[in-house]
Amino acid sequence: MGDVALRIEQLAVEVEGREILHNINLEMKLGETHVLFGPNGSGKTTLLMAIMGFPKYRVTKGKIIFKGQEITKLSLDERARLGIGMSFQRPPVVRGVKTRDMVAACLKGEEREERIEQLAEKANLADFLDREINYGFSGGEIKRSELMQLLAQRPTLTLIDEPESGVDLVNIALIGELLNGLLEKDCPILERKCMGLIITHTGHILDYVNARTGYVMCDGVIGCEGAPREILATIREKGYQECIACFLRRRASSG
Amino acid sequence: MVETASSKMHKDKARAAAAKGAAFGEDIDLGIYVSSAEEQPSQVDPSKLPATAKERMLEAGLILDDPDQRAGTFIQMDNAPVHSSVRQEGVEVMAVSQALEKYDWLSDYWWQAVAVDTDKYTASVELNQYNGYFIRTLPGYKTIYPVQACLYLAKARLTQNVHNIIIAEENSELHIITGCTTASNEEAGLHLGVSEFYIKKGAKVTFTMIHNWNPEVAVRPRSAAIIEENGLFLSNYVLMKPVRSLQMYPTARCVGENAVVRFNSILVAGRGSSLDVGSRVILNAKGAKTEIISRAITTGGSIVARGYIEGNAPDVKGHLECRGLILMGKGIIHAIPELKGTLAGIDLSHEAAVGKIAEEEVEYLMARGLTRSEATATIVRGFLRVDIEGLPPLLGAELQRAIEASEEDLM
Repeated sequence: MGDVALRIEQLAVEVEGREILHNINLEMKLGETHVLFGPNGSGKTTLLMAIMGFPKYRVTKGKIIFKGQEITKLSLDERARLGIGMSFQRPPVVRGVKTRDMVAACLKGEEREERIEQLAEKANLADFLDREINYGFSGGEIKRSELMQLLAQRPTLTLIDEPESGVDLVNIALIGELLNGLLEKDCPILERKCMGLIITHTGHILDYVNARTGYVMCDGVIGCEGAPREILATIREKGYQECIACFLRRRASSG
Repeated sequence: MVETASSKMHKDKARAAAAKGAAFGEDIDLGIYVSSAEEQPSQVDPSKLPATAKERMLEAGLILDDPDQRAGTFIQMDNAPVHSSVRQEGVEVMAVSQALEKYDWLSDYWWQAVAVDTDKYTASVELNQYNGYFIRTLPGYKTIYPVQACLYLAKARLTQNVHNIIIAEENSELHIITGCTTASNEEAGLHLGVSEFYIKKGAKVTFTMIHNWNPEVAVRPRSAAIIEENGLFLSNYVLMKPVRSLQMYPTARCVGENAVVRFNSILVAGRGSSLDVGSRVILNAKGAKTEIISRAITTGGSIVARGYIEGNAPDVKGHLECRGLILMGKGIIHAIPELKGTLAGIDLSHEAAVGKIAEEEVEYLMARGLTRSEATATIVRGFLRVDIEGLPPLLGAELQRAIEASEEDLM
């Protein structure tokens, strides 16, 4: 496999003066996709937001190293330009800005109209290009539009918060397909250059993407790490309660 | 102009209103301006106008080097018409002074949409040296290219008095682009512009006005339109350059069934600019419709954005949308949308919002790799983008270009 391209070391993150993440350590190699499980409020979204670099999510300890460069102090847009991209859960409506303009911005003006049309076709959003971005979009349309923009942006690391939430069965297959395009599923493993870090509640997305590692987040730390399907099976069978209990037992014995 | 009973009546009314303050806006002391200017030499070929004047006119939407893109051209400097020409059959473009001599019937339209005694500004136009344009389409004729008109203020401290008459005869189609500008970037001046629009049965008029003044100029346009059955009046107003004080509240009256009026305004006020701009539509006939849209941005100036729709007939429909953005500094935006209904079965609505650029939107764009300033520019461009239904694509593209050119100053 490839080199480690994302390394998070002893990361602590604060939101509005309150520490949400404590001592997070994580490593991803090029071509890998990892998934984050965890109950509501465990810090999954905070971790994604902190990696992306949203100002509200303040790193107070530790560092984030991306492709060999420490990015902890870089701004949101600098990180985006280095190759980190994010699919928004609830993206804002930007009045007067069309979906087409967003895709064009993601393409950085390199490729033109034809490429935009092609991407829209792929995401089944051809009729949405001249609509205001996110205005009146359904849950599934938002997801597809976010992935379409990411396909134009081509980030090395894609951060995705619950790709399956609010999406019906017809849409989820298409979303899985778009996600695989983004994560180069069709590409031989050794040649894959894209990474994905995906939050999933239901695990449905595991039917569509090849995830290598799974994490369970509890109370702002990574409680356990393992094979995603195994973790999912445990959660389905015993619920997060068991994960948390297990985590607490281990913490007590190590501490 | 021949002295007739009606012209004497207008003069008398104007005299009586000579000191009458306007309903809105700060009072302008007419005494500090000079009321007449010298004659200007006429110019058969407008492309031969001085380069500096042409450049100012270009910023106000005038194209003087390629006459093929225009159905006609009218240029007035100070109070003197210097050029009028027509390139399309069925269209008349001339100085209003000439039209008054040519057509006896013009007195039937004179001060019929705008009252001469509205305020001291309308009175001043009637009582002092003035001119303006007369643009008319004959019945059934449809222009493809717009007629362009320019009102150019050259002399320092002058009151430019303008009285325009626009008539679209039955089932005709007329597109006008009017640019108002000054020779100087700093000299004071006062522009008083009366425009009366008469849109007959089934006729369609689009009127796009771009203002390009300077920080010392005061402006008091006084416009009104009367729209008959199945007529359409579409007015676009763009003010993105500095001006000292500007107040206008054009009124459209739908007097025929199913008449349609749309007003779009794009206003930008920098520090030192004071704007009070509204659009008023009176729906007096069954099935008449209107939509008023305004976008206001302040970077330190003050804007009062008004809107008024009145429904007095069955099945009328009106919507008013007023959105303001305080981009920086201590700007003020005061949105005043008003609706008045006088019978059952009407449908009037409005929405108004004043705010700043949402940080969430900026971050969304930054997460796609845009810098903060690129993200802000994209949001502002989106805010100012008004897709204007009914405007010929060519004119729409020109308008968009004019807006984009001014956006650069805004950033």
